Amino acid sequence: MSTTVQQPAPASEIVVLPTTVVTSWKAPIAFAVFTLATLGLAVFAPRDGDTTFRWSTPSDVIQLPELTVPAMPTLWVVIALLVLATAYSVMLVSTRRRVPLWLIVVFAVLSMFGFLTWAAAGASLPMIGLLFGSLSLAVPLIYGALTGVIGERAGVTNIAIEGQLLAGAFTAAVVASVTRQPLLGLVAAMVAGMLVGMVLAAFSIKYFVDQIIVGVVLNVLIIGLTSFIYSQVLTPNAALLNTPPRFPRLPIPVLSEIPIIGPVFFRQTLVVYLMYVAVAVVYFGLFHTKWGLRVRAVGEHPQAADTVGINVNRTRFWNVALAGSLAGLGGTFFTIGSGIAFNKEMTAGAGFIALAAVIFGQWDPIKATLAALLFGFASNLQNTLSVIGSPVPSEFMLMLPYVVTIFAVAGLVGKSRPPAADGKPYIKS
Amino acid sequence: MSDPQPPRGDLPTGADLDADVAIEEPAASSPAGGTAADDARATAAGPGTASTDASVPPPSRWHTVFQQIVTGNAIISVLAVVLALIVGAIMIAFTDERVQETSGYFFSRPSDTLLAIWNSVSGAYSALFQGSIYNFRRDDFLAGIRPLTETLTFATPLIAGGLGVGLGFRVGLFNIGGRGQILIAASVAGWIAFGFDMPWGIHMLVALIGGLVGGALWAGIAGLLKARTGAHEVIVTIMLNYVAFYLVSWLLRTPGLLQAPGSSNPKTPAMKETAIFPELLGPQYNLHFGFILVIVATIVVWWILNRSSLGFQFRAVGENPNAARVAGINVKSIYVYAMLIAGALLGLAGVSQVLGTVTTGFTAGIDAGIGFEAITVALLGRSRPWGIFIAGVLFGAFKAGGFSMQAAEGVPIEIVLVVQALIVLFIAAPPLVRTIFRLPAPGSGPRRPRPIVTKEVKAK
Repeated sequence: MSTTVQQPAPASEIVVLPTTVVTSWKAPIAFAVFTLATLGLAVFAPRDGDTTFRWSTPSDVIQLPELTVPAMPTLWVVIALLVLATAYSVMLVSTRRRVPLWLIVVFAVLSMFGFLTWAAAGASLPMIGLLFGSLSLAVPLIYGALTGVIGERAGVTNIAIEGQLLAGAFTAAVVASVTRQPLLGLVAAMVAGMLVGMVLAAFSIKYFVDQIIVGVVLNVLIIGLTSFIYSQVLTPNAALLNTPPRFPRLPIPVLSEIPIIGPVFFRQTLVVYLMYVAVAVVYFGLFHTKWGLRVRAVGEHPQAADTVGINVNRTRFWNVALAGSLAGLGGTFFTIGSGIAFNKEMTAGAGFIALAAVIFGQWDPIKATLAALLFGFASNLQNTLSVIGSPVPSEFMLMLPYVVTIFAVAGLVGKSRPPAADGKPYIKS
Repeated sequence: MSDPQPPRGDLPTGADLDADVAIEEPAASSPAGGTAADDARATAAGPGTASTDASVPPPSRWHTVFQQIVTGNAIISVLAVVLALIVGAIMIAFTDERVQETSGYFFSRPSDTLLAIWNSVSGAYSALFQGSIYNFRRDDFLAGIRPLTETLTFATPLIAGGLGVGLGFRVGLFNIGGRGQILIAASVAGWIAFGFDMPWGIHMLVALIGGLVGGALWAGIAGLLKARTGAHEVIVTIMLNYVAFYLVSWLLRTPGLLQAPGSSNPKTPAMKETAIFPELLGPQYNLHFGFILVIVATIVVWWILNRSSLGFQFRAVGENPNAARVAGINVKSIYVYAMLIAGALLGLAGVSQVLGTVTTGFTAGIDAGIGFEAITVALLGRSRPWGIFIAGVLFGAFKAGGFSMQAAEGVPIEIVLVVQALIVLFIAAPPLVRTIFRLPAPGSGPRRPRPIVTKEVKAK
């Protein structure tokens, strides 16, 4: 990062930034920052060698050729394209037009390609492994984000996602260990997540306790409970209670042979396939069914919903509980999803990242899923680069997703608007 | 500004939902409200009853006092603690090996089981007490009281952090970034404390100020981004936690920066004597000057919130940012100021860690979870400075006692987390506690009608 702070010769686009603000200048500013950062890499830390991108695994039926590019020339081409994109966005904004989403996506992909080329110079980058790992790491985040989206759309802020994930991981490990049935562990985890959701809903809806308080407290409570039982009961009886079986990988017959997409998306475990279904169902449900309309009505304008005969508090209660089961399901990723024994606080803040994904994704299930994927990609990028030997200290690689998120939240997304009645108890008068 | 977006009209996302943390709840859960309103209500009740209840004979004074005790705040808090301890006791008993053994033959000899339960629970809780307040196994008073000073030592960073988070709550900001702010402040203060030579006193002062500024600036990033771009402070502070953690980890393992010379561990050298907080009660106690600083900080925060015009603006923004903006308060700069002050307070927690508690060099784990515990402390203290002070001392006692409980009785310290969480949960839900203990709800039964003065009192 230290390289990004230094200012190389200012590119032409910075000059136009002064505050004749008409449209949002955030996107051009963010573009300029990222372009300058990439330029900084090229100028201050040039690297020799070729970069190889591997698009297939040895076991694939259809083998894609490897893509080998010379690192520095490619980086310069990328920088030129980034400058073009930035200039285009400046032009758009100065003529009072919006920066379209596709430009942001293209920009993001380009700059990531440039960065990868630079970071993996002289080595070969297993793209399948990178993407596969990203998706895996994103699984609990996506489930957690869906939970958050449903809860907040219904008007209940859910800070307790972390607790729900942890409860799911814990229950799944114990039940699956005892019964030797990962499926039963999955169901138990959903129940556990749902119970946490019910406590959250009961306290915030029945007793009008501030939802943030309940959420924070539930996290502490569940961390305490699971760690206590882990130390006191699970550790002495680890063989019986804490050796969860692992979900088998289930490659889907035809789909898993599609190049790139197959190995990444269709050679996963049941938890991941359920996730695809969950994302689709939540999206369709929220925006295309009566249920979704009611949920959103209750979260945006409870009085109006009440007037037309929707039982606001009951709707909220059951949706928060239902959403909790999703987070519990996501928690299974940590234990039976990966075949790892339960450990204290093993979710390590994933629930908070999921919460960030909810807000980053503007309370939309699809966008929140994409945000969660971004986080997963960034954490896995560090793993991959540390394996092939990256020039950047690993701490900075680990930091990168969070820095990017801050920039993105401040620059690209801008002001986020939650459901109007989010976090407010509905007191019928 | 010619900002085309609706200024902050439809804003503040987390802001107004957090605001409720600080504000007295509406009628539905009014007794949950802080002591201030209830005291005010109680005092205001005097003349009110005299005029309205002229025809009805006034209830006896003792009855009124009884009613106030039973329906008041203090009883809820006490009962919440009792309830949480009962749940903790159940957990301790159920997971105790001896209890499990004896329960195998419960119906033939129930006394064994009951005895085992009694032993496990009383053993754990007396260890908790002796680890946090007074150790009866020591001969003289000076050695026996040592646990209490440990409690205050543990409470020091918790109070400072709680004040920071609580101040944020009052402004409607949810600062989850305590961890990052503590880490940055601790690093800056630690770096000044081991890297420079200065005379006694000045060195400490410079390190302290450096740490406070570090914490303030780190939190200020979130405040500035919220003010300038509308970025949600919850996301930004969470992200800054991770950034700070990795930044400090990197600094700690890079020779020439924070790492101790000649060592390969990610750890700093020991702090210089000139910078360390003096011990308050002599070398046999760990209580340090940081505790005095925390008392001062509590007074300062109380003064800022309740007596200064800045604090008035803080509270106005916290209660309703739109109204505050209409009233001419610059909401954006209030967010920045609030985050700066909150960061400095969390910074104080970090500084007291490195200059007071862990002076032999620190690692990236110096925050010790205080950043998150501070949230619970602030919630328990209902975002009021002295409430936070008391909550911090209580949590400090649990922490100090928890360690001795783990050492003496083998009860994992996590039970303390459970008890703490339950206390906050029960205190936040007075109707639940009342239902469990069958206490009368306020305003029910023969109680005098409640005068409708709360609104005016609140508006002061």
